[in-house]
Amino acid sequence: MSAPPTAPKLPVSLITNPRLSSWVRFTGEGRVAISPGKVEIGQGIVTALAQIAADELDVEIGRIEMIRASTAASPNEGVTSGSLSIQQSGRALRHVCAEVRQRFLAAASDRLGVDASLLDVDDGTISGPGNVRTSYWELAGDVSLDHDATTSSVAKPAATRRVTGHSIQRVDIPDKVLARPRFIHDRALPGLVHGRVLRPDISGARLIALDEAAARAVSGLIVIVRDGTFAGVVADSEAAAETALKVLRKDATWSTGEPLPDENDLASFLRNQPVETVIIDSRTAAAADASRTLRRQYTRPYIAHASIAPSCAMALWEGDHVHVWTHSQGVYLLRADLAIVLKLPVENIVVEHMEGAGCYGHNAADDVALDAVLLAKGAGGRPLRVQWSRHDEMSHAPFGAAMAIEIEADLDAGNEIVGWRHTIWSNGHAARPGRAAQPALLAASEIANPYPRMISTNPPAANGGGGDRNSVPLYDFPAWTITSHRLLTMPVRTSALRTLGAQGNVFATESLLDEIAALRGEDPIAFRLRHLRDERARDVISAAARRAGWKPEKRSGIGHGVGFARYKNTGAYCAAIAEIEGTDDIRVRRLTLAVDVGEAINPDGVINQIEGGAIQATSWVLKERVRFDRTRITSTSWTDYPILTFSEVPAVDVEVIQRPEIEPVGAGEAAHGPVTAAIANAVHDCLGVRIRDLPITRDKIIAAMELAS
Amino acid sequence: MPTIQFKLNGAAVSVDAEPDQPLLDVLRGRLGITSPHFGCGAGECGACHVMVDGRAIASCDMPMWSVAEKDVVTLEGIGTAGQPHPLQRAFITEQAMQCGYCVSGILISAAALLRRNPSPSEAEVRTALDRNLCRCGSHNRMVRAVLRAASEMAT
Repeated sequence: MSAPPTAPKLPVSLITNPRLSSWVRFTGEGRVAISPGKVEIGQGIVTALAQIAADELDVEIGRIEMIRASTAASPNEGVTSGSLSIQQSGRALRHVCAEVRQRFLAAASDRLGVDASLLDVDDGTISGPGNVRTSYWELAGDVSLDHDATTSSVAKPAATRRVTGHSIQRVDIPDKVLARPRFIHDRALPGLVHGRVLRPDISGARLIALDEAAARAVSGLIVIVRDGTFAGVVADSEAAAETALKVLRKDATWSTGEPLPDENDLASFLRNQPVETVIIDSRTAAAADASRTLRRQYTRPYIAHASIAPSCAMALWEGDHVHVWTHSQGVYLLRADLAIVLKLPVENIVVEHMEGAGCYGHNAADDVALDAVLLAKGAGGRPLRVQWSRHDEMSHAPFGAAMAIEIEADLDAGNEIVGWRHTIWSNGHAARPGRAAQPALLAASEIANPYPRMISTNPPAANGGGGDRNSVPLYDFPAWTITSHRLLTMPVRTSALRTLGAQGNVFATESLLDEIAALRGEDPIAFRLRHLRDERARDVISAAARRAGWKPEKRSGIGHGVGFARYKNTGAYCAAIAEIEGTDDIRVRRLTLAVDVGEAINPDGVINQIEGGAIQATSWVLKERVRFDRTRITSTSWTDYPILTFSEVPAVDVEVIQRPEIEPVGAGEAAHGPVTAAIANAVHDCLGVRIRDLPITRDKIIAAMELAS
Repeated sequence: MPTIQFKLNGAAVSVDAEPDQPLLDVLRGRLGITSPHFGCGAGECGACHVMVDGRAIASCDMPMWSVAEKDVVTLEGIGTAGQPHPLQRAFITEQAMQCGYCVSGILISAAALLRRNPSPSEAEVRTALDRNLCRCGSHNRMVRAVLRAASEMAT
């Protein structure tokens, strides 16, 4: 039975979780509990979702309590990733709250004897003509929300929304500035013990021998856990666990491991591996005369998540049931992988979210959860917390994948683009847990009877793709072929990092466009506008240009560049203009951005995400590169993996183009690609050289200048 | 294990600790102080900053022997919900964070700065915060918040 094509559709999260009561409950004391399946990862999502609920229910936002996601009760919304939380959870909550409001109005109409259309809701109080009134809480006993969402509910028109569209202060910030524990790292459970895991420095090495005698003598040690090549300690304090781990490490013998590629020639490595090849898109046109072809190669290195907090989890066993506290992006997906490893039904496992530090993709949050579960088996029924070291965080967590991208642009006699071939070589950009028959968690490949390490794959193009994300031009070139080669080997562990392949692909596309515009002697913004039909795309570019005073007068030692993308080609539109200064080393002075996310639920939240994305991208572009020799990851501290500091951060100026009538999309990943390209293009404007190999460092600029002279 | 005495957020405390045990361990593991966060264990990220005799210092690699008789202030001692420090108010006003894990250490660095320099320039604020890392990219909001607090404290 399928619905007729014209029937209104439920939001995607409601198709899988239709029960109204799983999203909204009216609790005592005039409170409203809202349970999204998406989680706070430092992006402010719970505030934006609370705004949507407050608006549709007509209650003050202060009445809303946002419930942390847990497999015990929350709707299953998969993973909090891909800038989809506003799109998925936001739409679902808007729909649910509108329907709940209608149900209560119907009940109030019965009780008050007033037609529902004459009733009004103000902060949860329902009133009508003749001064009759009741409230959500008075009616809560009469109105069952144990019904599935229908397609009949109608959300408020945009013009009547009072809470969304405004910059409401985030609900989590007061705790964080007033020293109230909020992070998983800070939660004190009664009887808590502490675990640490022993992992090798040498990539892929396996534990051959372990002398436990000295570690056993450490005061406070409870147990040493060993399962295959997985080994760890449990102790009654963090200090004791650290000491025991240090002793254990001294007495461990490891195998030789698996070789790593040459970090100084990633393109050759990437282009010479066995691959799976997919033609992502092609467009053909009547053969045009190409008078020449530009062929350019762009590369980006492996990039670390490098959250300020090391990954952390807690676990508590009671019989054959285990409760897990995690800052994972997907509690249900983590539970699925835990069930495989533990050989337990999912019903025996509860996975509950708790905030961690900023999360930019698939980091070690899920890995450390399995570590905690395995070590907690030795904790004698006490809850156990595991926290990774900085060293392990920087070497054992998945990285954003390195990429090599080649573009061939066919130009006619007037240097107009008549053909475009964009080819990507990269490891996959996703190896998340909970999606395959085998687990993706690190310790699953270490235990006795280990599971093979999952080779990362790419999400399908319909979900925005992975290595190919943003590789299909939005520009109206007459012909193109986009090809993605995914590596079938994975010496360096990769998975989803903010934007997946979009940063590399936008860098490549926008760099070459800039080069072609310069060949033609055409202004790079005019060139882009001439090739774009989408009005929203044109608007963000024009808005950024206007705001930056494009194009500022040419001054020695200063350069300007532009970059543009629509994230995933279906999400937020973003244009960036970079102003840099430099001679052989560069500093980014200012970034001016314009963004269109449709309806901006919380405009300051959007600005905060765009600012943060722009600054993080600047850090990636100028400084970041995972370092390794042929046996081990060597960038295991902040000294070896520097990120942008306060003194190096550019001014960031953001304009939000508010479109309340258009369904909202996320903002978290919109800025990275455009900012990367804008900086690279500004380097050319400033210094006359094009750097096509990230990061853009002093050494690369000097080498490029020497080559040019 | 020697007994080490120091002042914590205005109150005298006395703990038995190994002399080389890091202050952060004692604060978090023994004294229930959760605001200084572990980030790197090497004094490189600033998430664990506390004020020691008025200076912002990484507590993760500060040995307990060096804390004896010192005046230690953590974010818990800077202000309260009822009487927040101007910096705390300003960080809320400016919505100066994303994840907030680094914020406790940054507030400590900022408080130490404002003690020695009540009206810093923007560049001075940035220099004072250079030993604190933020990965979410909230730097400019934090700088604005520190300048806002400074100007509020001046009036």
